[in-house]
Amino acid sequence: MQFSIYIIAECNMKLMTRDDKSLLYNVGGKEGVLDEEVLLLTQQLLSSNPDFATLWNYRREILLHLETVRSEDEIQRLYEEELSFLEACLKVNPKSYGSWHHRGWVSTRLPRPDWARELSLCERCLSLDDRNFHCWDYRRMVVRVSGVPVDQELQFTDRLIGSNFSNYSSWHYRSTLLPLLHPGSPEAASPQREPPTSSLLKEYELVQNAFFTDPNDQSAWFYYRWLLGRGVCVCVCVCVCVWGFSTNSEVILRCGYRNALYYKSLTHLHKICDLPPGTISDTSNEHNLTVHWTERHTHRDCALYTGRSESWCRDSATDLELFRSELSVEKSSVLQSELQSCTQLLELEPQNKWCLLTIILLMRALDPLGYEKETLAYFQTLKEVDSMRTSYYSDLCSKFMIENTILKMEYAEVRVFSLCEKNLSTLCHLDQLLLVTHINLSSNQLLGLPPQFAMLQCLEVLQADDNAIENLEGVYHLSKLEEVSLRNNNITQLSDLKILTTCPRLARLDLRGNPITQIANIQSQLAELLPSITELLL
Amino acid sequence: SWISVPSTADILLHLGLSESVIAAACARVGQRVLHVDRRSYYAANWASFTFNGLLSWIDDNKVCTYFTLLFITPVNSFKQQDQEECAPLAEDQQILSSDGEPQGEEQLSGSAPTQAKKKKISYTKIVKEGRRFNIDLVSKLMYSRGLLVDLLIKSNVSRYAEFKNVSRILTYRQGKVEQVPCSRADVFGSKELTVVEKRMLMKFLTFCLDYEQHPEEYQDFTERSFWEFLQNNMLTENLQHFVLHSIAMVPRETHTEEGLRSTQHFLRSLGRYGNTPFLFPIYGLGEIPQCFCRMCAVFGGIYCLRHSVQCLVLDKESGRCKAVIDTCGQRISCSHFVVEDGYIREEQRKGVEHKHISRAVLITDGLLLQSESEQQISLVTVPPLEPGAPAVRLVELCSSTMTCMPGTYLVHLTCPSSGSAREDLQPVVSRLFTKPASAGEEGTPAVLWAVYFNMRDSTAADRSGYDLPGNVHVCSGPDAALGSDHSIRLAQEVFRQLAPHEEFCPPAPNPEDIVYDGDGGQGEGAGFSEAAQAEEGAAEEAEESKEKEASQESSPVEVGEMPDPPPAPLAEE
Repeated sequence: MQFSIYIIAECNMKLMTRDDKSLLYNVGGKEGVLDEEVLLLTQQLLSSNPDFATLWNYRREILLHLETVRSEDEIQRLYEEELSFLEACLKVNPKSYGSWHHRGWVSTRLPRPDWARELSLCERCLSLDDRNFHCWDYRRMVVRVSGVPVDQELQFTDRLIGSNFSNYSSWHYRSTLLPLLHPGSPEAASPQREPPTSSLLKEYELVQNAFFTDPNDQSAWFYYRWLLGRGVCVCVCVCVCVWGFSTNSEVILRCGYRNALYYKSLTHLHKICDLPPGTISDTSNEHNLTVHWTERHTHRDCALYTGRSESWCRDSATDLELFRSELSVEKSSVLQSELQSCTQLLELEPQNKWCLLTIILLMRALDPLGYEKETLAYFQTLKEVDSMRTSYYSDLCSKFMIENTILKMEYAEVRVFSLCEKNLSTLCHLDQLLLVTHINLSSNQLLGLPPQFAMLQCLEVLQADDNAIENLEGVYHLSKLEEVSLRNNNITQLSDLKILTTCPRLARLDLRGNPITQIANIQSQLAELLPSITELLL
Repeated sequence: SWISVPSTADILLHLGLSESVIAAACARVGQRVLHVDRRSYYAANWASFTFNGLLSWIDDNKVCTYFTLLFITPVNSFKQQDQEECAPLAEDQQILSSDGEPQGEEQLSGSAPTQAKKKKISYTKIVKEGRRFNIDLVSKLMYSRGLLVDLLIKSNVSRYAEFKNVSRILTYRQGKVEQVPCSRADVFGSKELTVVEKRMLMKFLTFCLDYEQHPEEYQDFTERSFWEFLQNNMLTENLQHFVLHSIAMVPRETHTEEGLRSTQHFLRSLGRYGNTPFLFPIYGLGEIPQCFCRMCAVFGGIYCLRHSVQCLVLDKESGRCKAVIDTCGQRISCSHFVVEDGYIREEQRKGVEHKHISRAVLITDGLLLQSESEQQISLVTVPPLEPGAPAVRLVELCSSTMTCMPGTYLVHLTCPSSGSAREDLQPVVSRLFTKPASAGEEGTPAVLWAVYFNMRDSTAADRSGYDLPGNVHVCSGPDAALGSDHSIRLAQEVFRQLAPHEEFCPPAPNPEDIVYDGDGGQGEGAGFSEAAQAEEGAAEEAEESKEKEASQESSPVEVGEMPDPPPAPLAEE
């Protein structure tokens, strides 16, 4: 305590008269003084610099102490004085963390709080700066504690949005109020079940007014995307796969999370176990395996039939709902009419990136395959009008192209999969390709094979010619991989290929057209690194 | 008792807005300013009156005495002109009709005993509460980024007045009054527009904000009208109406670039003080010239109301005006003389043609467009009702502007004259308002009292049209435009001729920063010892301005009117 006061005294040397200073030194000298004199001194200091947390803490200690020795009326008066002092501090710096925090603290300590006064203070602050998030935070606290009805708060956001709709805080607040106003499913994140269609339509109208008035304002677009819906993160077990080799067998369980992220699907591949040797020694009999997932109370059966060395059980990849969860509005008629208004806006504003992106997302939600051509054209425009985010759009587009290709697979058990000439810049949804044995990634713009690539546990042949691959990170422990073709890529060093040593069955490797082929003695070095290779093309 | 007028001055002026600004600017840079006006009130044609003041103004103007005050004598014969003789020449204000009293009385007898529907306001009540009215002869608004507002801020004169934001822009369309979406928030909130229209309008307005940067958008239309340009921009009929009549506020045939400029002016003023581009001074527009007069008085300017100039004294060789003879026969030497166009005799302005402004002032009992709050200041644009008729501008003031008594609204109508004020404006009044007798129609406000008059608009006049000495400067009276840019620009021009090397209205120091000399030693001669008194008077008045009690009635210096002024000394030097 002594130390901190001392420092402040130094800091504010200029602001104080000599008397004040000596007083402060004296205060510092007295250990643990908790009286009104100190209150007055810290007040003087804080009024010139309200951002000194230590002083606020000191004040709180004093006030807490005084609470124990004073009567309730005196405390009330003390805290009311504190509130008016804080008001003065907020005039000095309306965005002072310390002042707002202290105000929150004082308000909750006040024996007879006047919440109406606090709300009107917030209103005043927000009218001066409607993006003062400190004030927003404080206001939410006041609303929570004083129990302002939700619909009243919704009207409050109406008013703020009405005076200036470029206001994330108000829109965001709306997105927290609406589910409260229309409680429905316990998973409050999905709007399709809660706000009745009429009020949902009203929201669409409001937000459309905003983005038609100023399509370059992001806040409305973000709210719009919230309205259109976010996928629900449900963890499901999509596929169980069993295979055995001569000596051991393993069970691979893969469960997918569908989630709200826009282009990275969080998917987990769990290798559950190696079955103990000898469990499936007898391949002439049928074996039934069951995986129990206790957390989700589900289980999956998988039968390894007679004479087979592998088996699986999975959901159909052609299920249209597979990638839809990003925009989840129940009625596609609503989405359709939203698409119409966005297209209308695009006619007026052909260069607007928010509009383009929203249209793409709506089209994805409505009919990903039917709109594929338009989507690609819109992506092209997007990259032109928003060149700073070209890579983002390329990745997003890659994701959609992969999704479409997966959706086009006629049945889930397709094991030869081609993604060539799709302009892919990234790979995703690899979890859907668990059973694929042959994959063709040729003629894209891939820079590498990401770690998730290791999910393709059944992969035997990898073709990735004509890319810019320099990183093979994901070709890791692919126990069935036999052939890798990497013609015309960007592999430069021997160390880049070191990871291939984890694939025991790799026999054929094509590296023609890579910088690495220029290295002297490369053939012998490779033979040394990967002795299993029988056919090496350089 | 009357106080003698100083015998010398650097600059001598009459009292309009331009003149007041010039006076303030000159006094500010140390010139000795003498301001005289035959009228008994400040601000000339820019004045505000109480209700009763307006009634006597009407009476005075009916017999046409006040506006025949000053005549510049011909250069060769400095003879005094007879007032009556010249009366018809200075008809810059012509009362064409004042149909107030009969209506008011009808109201009084008809409704007072029977109905208690709304709080009825009788004519006697208006007369009784007459001091609550501040009725402007000129109806203008201040563009938030117009020259006037900039000048008020720059010169610190703004401290003498308070302002309110005009709260709504309305228009009359398809038989009803509706709100014009002009700001971003308005467009967002508008219920009348479809979302596509919102986009179109915002897009167009955004373009107008910096149209100079995109000449390709309008270069094909430079020779064509703004109206055609709007139609070509795929704006719907709604939007064309809003932009043309309520935002650009120009007639259809206006050239594209001018239309774009007006739109830009409107838009640039948006958002500075609020959601509309306009400010209105509390207590009325008449405050503005008075504010400049106060500033002038603070810096030593002297004011003489009910006092006027009979003739000029010219230097034979240079032909310049070196003195004037006032109505008391006193000679006041001056180096410059600034005069309003209305005082100049017909012979001296051969080449000058005048337009007129049609004006009406109504006292009504309700808002034209109901809203949550009764306190609204609205600008209503009424497009031509028939082809060829003028577009009418209507300003509706509520009682919080301190221009009318609570429960009433003061409505100003303005348009360039094509006929008499009544012919021009009556059709609009009858569409928008009812008579109190037929108060059956819900929502339509009734006219309690009305006056129509025409005013001369001399702003188009070119200086070369006047046959006057070089140091006599002519200021025009009010024009029909909504803003006051013309007057301010004119004041700047004149000031440049009066004091070519001085800054125009530099910021005035705060009163507490001014150090006064012990014994005001700047006086020279009898005239200026009185000047100090006059200054005090003015300063006092400035202080009292908040209470607003003494405004028009007590002027700082009142110079008694001589019943029979002695003949002007012929002076040829």
